[in-house]
Amino acid sequence: MSNRLSGPLDDVTGDAGYEAHPERMGFFTDTSVCIGCKACEVACKEWNFVPEDGLLLTGMSYDNTQQLDANSWRHVAFVEQTKPVQAPSPTVNTSASTDLGMPTVGLPGAQDPQAADNGDIGVRWLMSSDVCKHCTHAACLDVCPTGSLFRTEFGTVVVQQDICNGCGYCVPACPYGVIDQRKDDGRVFKCTMCYDRLGVGEQPACAKACPTESIQFGPLDELRERAQQRVERLHEQGIDEARLYGESPDDGVGGDGAFFLLLDEPEVYGMPPDPVVTTRDLAAMWRQAGAAALTLTVGVALSFVGRSR
Amino acid sequence: MAECHPVGFQYVMEAKRRGATIIHVDPRFTRTSAVSDIHVPIRAASDIAFLGGLINHIVSNELDFREYVLAYTNAAAIIGPDFVDTEDLAGLFSGFDPEQATYNHDSWKYEGSPTDTRHKKGTDEDLDASRAEAAGSGGPRVHIKPQLDETLQHPRCVYQLLKKHFARYTPEMVHEVCGIEPAQFQQVADTLVHNSGRERTTALAYAVGWTHHSTGSQIIRAGAILQLLLGNVGRPGGGIIALRGHASIQGSTDIPTLYNLLPGYLPMPHASQHQSLDDWVRADEGAAGFWGNIRDYGVSLLKSWWGDAATAENDFCFDYLPRLTGDHGTYRTVLDQIEGKIAGYFLVGENPAVGSSNGKMQRRGLANLDWLVVRDLVMIESATFWADGPEIETGEMRTADIGTEVFFLPAASHTEKSGTFTNTQRLLQWHHEAVAPPDDCRSELWFYYHLGKRIRDKLAGSTDERDRPLLDLTWEYPEHGVHAEPDAEAVLREINGTGPDGAALSSYTELAADGSTRSGCWIYCGVYADEVNQSARRKPGHEQSWVAPEWGWAWPANRRTLYNRASADPDGKPWSERKAYVWWDQTLADGQGRWTGHDIPDFIADRHPHHVPAEGAQGPDAIGGSDPFIMMTDGKAWLYAPAGVVDGPMPTHYEPPESPVSNPLYPDQQHNPARRSYPHEINARNPDLSEVYPFVFTTYRVTEHHTAGGMSRTLPYLSELQPEFFCEVSPGLATERGLEHLGWATITSARTAIEARVLVTDRMRPLRVAGQVVHQIGLPYHWGPNGLSTGDAANDLVNVTVDPNVNIQDKVGTCAIAPGRRPRGPALLQHVAEHRRRAGVPVDEGKTP
Amino acid sequence: MLSGPRAGCRLVGVRVAWLAVAMRAARTFVEGWPVWRQLTGSDPLGRGHAARSRATDELQNRNATADRVVDSICPYCAVGCGQKVFVKDEKVTQIEGDPASPISRGRLCPKGSASKQLVTSPDRVTTVRYRRPGGTEWEDLDLDTAMDMIADRVLAARRSHWQDEHDGRRVRRTTGISSLGGATLDNEENYLMKKLYTAMGAVQIENQARI
Repeated sequence: MSNRLSGPLDDVTGDAGYEAHPERMGFFTDTSVCIGCKACEVACKEWNFVPEDGLLLTGMSYDNTQQLDANSWRHVAFVEQTKPVQAPSPTVNTSASTDLGMPTVGLPGAQDPQAADNGDIGVRWLMSSDVCKHCTHAACLDVCPTGSLFRTEFGTVVVQQDICNGCGYCVPACPYGVIDQRKDDGRVFKCTMCYDRLGVGEQPACAKACPTESIQFGPLDELRERAQQRVERLHEQGIDEARLYGESPDDGVGGDGAFFLLLDEPEVYGMPPDPVVTTRDLAAMWRQAGAAALTLTVGVALSFVGRSR
Repeated sequence: MAECHPVGFQYVMEAKRRGATIIHVDPRFTRTSAVSDIHVPIRAASDIAFLGGLINHIVSNELDFREYVLAYTNAAAIIGPDFVDTEDLAGLFSGFDPEQATYNHDSWKYEGSPTDTRHKKGTDEDLDASRAEAAGSGGPRVHIKPQLDETLQHPRCVYQLLKKHFARYTPEMVHEVCGIEPAQFQQVADTLVHNSGRERTTALAYAVGWTHHSTGSQIIRAGAILQLLLGNVGRPGGGIIALRGHASIQGSTDIPTLYNLLPGYLPMPHASQHQSLDDWVRADEGAAGFWGNIRDYGVSLLKSWWGDAATAENDFCFDYLPRLTGDHGTYRTVLDQIEGKIAGYFLVGENPAVGSSNGKMQRRGLANLDWLVVRDLVMIESATFWADGPEIETGEMRTADIGTEVFFLPAASHTEKSGTFTNTQRLLQWHHEAVAPPDDCRSELWFYYHLGKRIRDKLAGSTDERDRPLLDLTWEYPEHGVHAEPDAEAVLREINGTGPDGAALSSYTELAADGSTRSGCWIYCGVYADEVNQSARRKPGHEQSWVAPEWGWAWPANRRTLYNRASADPDGKPWSERKAYVWWDQTLADGQGRWTGHDIPDFIADRHPHHVPAEGAQGPDAIGGSDPFIMMTDGKAWLYAPAGVVDGPMPTHYEPPESPVSNPLYPDQQHNPARRSYPHEINARNPDLSEVYPFVFTTYRVTEHHTAGGMSRTLPYLSELQPEFFCEVSPGLATERGLEHLGWATITSARTAIEARVLVTDRMRPLRVAGQVVHQIGLPYHWGPNGLSTGDAANDLVNVTVDPNVNIQDKVGTCAIAPGRRPRGPALLQHVAEHRRRAGVPVDEGKTP
Repeated sequence: MLSGPRAGCRLVGVRVAWLAVAMRAARTFVEGWPVWRQLTGSDPLGRGHAARSRATDELQNRNATADRVVDSICPYCAVGCGQKVFVKDEKVTQIEGDPASPISRGRLCPKGSASKQLVTSPDRVTTVRYRRPGGTEWEDLDLDTAMDMIADRVLAARRSHWQDEHDGRRVRRTTGISSLGGATLDNEENYLMKKLYTAMGAVQIENQARI
C-alpha cells in the first residue's frame, strides 16, 4: 500500500482498500473515429436521469453542450479547422494534372481521418467525447471532507449522493474542471462510469450506445495496449499528429482511467495540456503545517509546564 | 450517412479501418465528410452531371467490367431506329409532347418491339406515373427479348447510345455544372474504376439528397448505371443502397398508403383501362419473370380483402376497387383542399405543416376542410395551425373564420403496440408491446379496426351497392386487452396469406389465380411461413453467419441481397473467392446441381447456369440460366430503360425548378421537360437566374433531430443538443450579405420568408459554377413553432415541383438572404410581395388551370 | 442529511496518511463504524472501501430488477436498430440497444438513445382534444364519442363526394376523404388503413413515402 498522492500507482483499487477486486476499468475514447453523433450524451442522461442542461445555441460549431458539468457527464466537442492544403489547381485540366505528377488516387487511410481532401480548402472537423477522467490520483476524492467521493472496486471515482453535502471543495480541486455543483440541489455530480451497470456486468451507457466504437470500455490495461496499437497504426498511415492523452501513468495525475486518442493538441479540444493532481503537494504542505503545529503545541505545553512550576 | 444513420455508419467506419476508401459527395461538409477520405463538395441538384461524368469516363475509355456488363446488362441490346437522343434534339428525347409535357415512349423501345397503344397521346396524363411506381418490386415490361450485338459496336446498341449520350459529360463540364475540380473528379473516377472487377466492389449509399429532386428518379438511375458498369450489383459489398429516413418507410411503399399502389406494388386500377381483372393484368400477365404471375398476386389480394364474397364469377370483386383518373397525390390533394373539394383529412403520424414542401399551401389546405383527424404522440403544428400558425400572425387567416373541425386523437408509441417495421434493407422486424398505452392513446391498428367496425355497424342492412365493399370486407380480427386491441399477428398472418386448407403459405410461388389462396401482400408471403412469425426471430447475430438469415425476415423469400445470382459469373462460379456469395454447386441434388451460398439464392434454385428457355416460354419459365434480374422481363439490368421511366431512357442533367445558373449541358432545355408543376398563386416559382433570389438553399437533417420534429423537438435531451433553427452559410456569403455569426438572417423565396440564426462556417463552401460563384445556404428543416426547440419551418420556402415518375418534390430552391429578423404580421406579406414584384414573379403566377 | 456516524467520518477530513495516524489516537471520539472500518481495515485513508455509504452498498441496477425485458425496434430512422425495453411496475424504465441485433450490435444513435424520453415524455398528449369549427380553444371529448363522430363524418363525406363515374368511366369512388400517413406506422397498420380506405372508395391516400 503506497497511499501516494501522485505518480504511478500499480493497483489503485487495492490502494483504496479492496483486497480482492476486479481489474481497473476505464474508457478509451478514440476521437479519430468519433462522428459527433452525441449518442453518448443522451444515453448517459437516460440511464443516469441527468437533467436537461439548458437550450442555448452557442455557435460553437455543433457543440451546444459546451462543457462537462453537473448536468452533462459526456460532452462532445466540435472543432472546425481550416488549413491550407496542397490544392489541385482549378485551371489545370485532367491530363495536365497527371503530367504534373499530382497524386490522383489517395491511398486508403493516407489522409487524416478527420480531414477529407476537398480541394482548395482543407476543412477539418474534429469531434471528441469528453468525460470525467477517473484519475489515478483523484484530487476531488482526496479533498472531499465527507467521504462522499470514493473509489470503487473498479478503480473509478464516484460521488455518493447520500453523503455529499455540497461543500464544493472538490470543484476547484479537479484539474480538468469536470466535477460541478447542481445549482438547484447544491450537491456535486459527475460521471460514475455507470457504477450501477458495472456491478452486473453491463457496459457504461455511453460506451454501449457509441455507434463507431469511439468510446471503448474495458480493463484499463487492455485499453492502454489497444490504444498504443491504434496510435502506431495511425502513425504508419502518416497521421503523425495522432497522440494519446491521459494514458501515461507518469503524468501529473498518475494516468487517467478515461484517456483519449487525439488528433491535435489537447488545448484544441479544450483539455488542459499538462494536468496535475491539485493535491500533489498536499503531503508536503501538511508536513510543514504539522511541524509548525507541533512547534506551537510544544511551545504551549512548555508554557503550561513553566506555569506549573 | 454518419449524420442521419449513425448506427448504420458503423459498418462504413469498420470498412475504413480495413482499408476501404470513403468518398463523400455532398454540398456541405457534414459529420460524414469529417471522417471520409475524400469530400467532394457539389452544387445541390447537379448529381446527374457528376454521375454522368463518371459514366462517360468509364464508357469512353471502356473501363467497365466487361464480362459482367455483357452477361447481365442490356448493353448489347439494339434499340429501334426511331429513337433520337438529347444530343440531337437539344436536350429532349424523341417522343416529347410539349402540350402535355409528357413523353410517348414508343421510339425508346428495343428494335422489333410491337407498338404499344397504351401510351398514345390523349390517355390520362398520370397513367405513366402510376405504372412507373408499380416497378417497385419488379421491372417494367418489355415484350420481346432484344436483339444483341455482343461486340457492342452497333451504333444503336445500348452501349454506344450510352457513350453518345454521356459524351458531353466531360470533367470540364462536371466542373462547370457541379463546381467539382477536374483533378478531384479524376481522383474519384480512378478510385471507383480501380475498385471494380472480380476481386473488388464499391457500394453506393444515398438518401434524399438524390431522391428529392424533380429529376430524382433519374439520379438514382444514373447511380444504378454506374454500378452496373462497374459490376457492383447483386454482389457482396456492392449495391445501390437507399438510406431511408423513417422506421418503416420501406414498409410504407411495400404495403402502401399511396394513392397509386396496392400492396406489393400492384398498381391501383385506372379508369381508362382497368374495368376488369383481365384488363388489369393484361399488360403484365405471362411476361417473362416473376412479375408475369401478376394474376396470382392480384386474385390472392382480392380474396384476402373480400374473402368468400370474391368469386371467379364476380371477377373476385375486382370492381370493388376504386379507380384512378389522374394525379391523386398529396400535393394535388392539398390544392384540392384549398379549393374546397375535400371534406375530411386524416393525418396519421405525419406533420405536413412542417414536413411537407410549401407549408403555407399545406396550412391553407388544413384550414379549408370540414373535418381533420390528427393522430400523433404530441401536439404537432398540423393540429394547432388554427391557433398559432404563421398565417394567423400575418392576418391571412383568422382563427374564428377557420371552419375546420379538429379531432386530436393521441397515438400509442412503438413500445405500446406490436407490429413490424420494414427497415431500409427490406428486413421486417417485429416489435412487441411492452406496456399498455396510457389513457386515450391507441395504436393505428386499433383506430382503423374500430373505425371500420363502427362504419360497418352503421351500414348494416344497407342495400346500396356502393356499400358492398365495406360490408363484404373481411374485418374480423381477434381482440385482446382492456382496449380490445386487434391482434397484430393475425393481421401479419393475413398479409402473409393462406392456402386452400387455411394454413399459412411459405412462398409467393404458392399463390394461385383460381381463388384458392389469399395473400394481403404477395411480396411478404413467407413472413408467417410454418405458422411462425418469422419477423420476430432474434437469433443473436454472433450465433449465425455474417448474413444473419435468422434475424427477422426479408422480402422476398428472406433474401438479404437482391439479384444475388449476379455474384457468380455466367457459369455459376463466384467471380472470386473474396467475393463469393451465391454459386451453382453441381454436386448437390444428387448431381443435378443447385444454387447455394451464404444467402438464399435470388434465382430458381435448380436452374442450370447454362439453361436457355424454350421459345415462347412465359413467366418464370422464360428466365435463362444467366439472367440474374428475375423481375425484369428480359432478365437483364437496364443501362438504358426502354420502358418504365417516364422522363427519358437515360438520365440527363437539367437544372432544378429554381436555379441561379442556366443549364450548361443543354442550354435550350433548362428544366426537366417532363417535370410536374403545380401552378397556383400560393406555389409561385422564383424566376430562372433571378437576381432577387440569387442564392441556392438546400434543406436537410441533422443527427440530433428527426424529420418534422414531432419525435425530437419535444424531448429535452434532443432539444438541448440542437436548440434552435439555424442556417449555415460560408464566410464569403456572410461578408457579402453582412450576416453575423449567431445573428439572425431572413431568408426569402416567392412563397414566404423565414428567419434563422446564422452559423458562419467554412464547412459551407461557395462553388465556382458556369463562370460564376454560387453560394449555397444550408437549412435543417426540423423546426416549427411548437415544442421545446423552436424555429421557423424551412420547408415553408420550398416550391412544389415534382418528379414525374414518383411525384417527389425538389428540396432545393433559390432565395434571398439578409441580416436581421423577418418582419412580423402583415409586414411579412409586404416583404415577400416586394421581392416578388422586384423579381417579376407574375401576379397571377399559375392561377389554377 | 448527515447522520452521526457520517459526521464522525467527516471529521476525518482530508485523508492524508499522517493525519489518519493522528486520528487513530483520537478514536475514542469517534464511535461511528465507517471510521472504525476505515481505521482498522485496509483503507486507512477512507478513499475507497471504507468510504462506501449505505446507498452505495444497496445500489441496484434497475435493468437487473426489471419485471420484464421486451424486444423492440427503434422507431426513428430505417436502419432498424434492435432495442431492449425494460419494464417495471408497467412503466418503461429503460430502453437501450440489443447486442444480439446483427444490424446494430447493441448501439443506438442519440435519437434511439432518447427513446425512453420519447415514450415516457410528459409532453405527450394522452387524451382526446377537440376543436369545434371556428373554435378558439381545445375542448375535451370522450374517445368513444370522438370515434362515433368520426365514423359519421366519414360516411357523410363518402356519400357527399361519391362518384360512380368520372368522364364517362366507372370509378366507384369518393373524393371526399384524404389521408396522409407517417412512415413510423407498422406494416399491419398500413395494411388495415389501405384495406379500409379502399373499401370506402377513398383514393387520395398518401404517405410520408411520397414526401
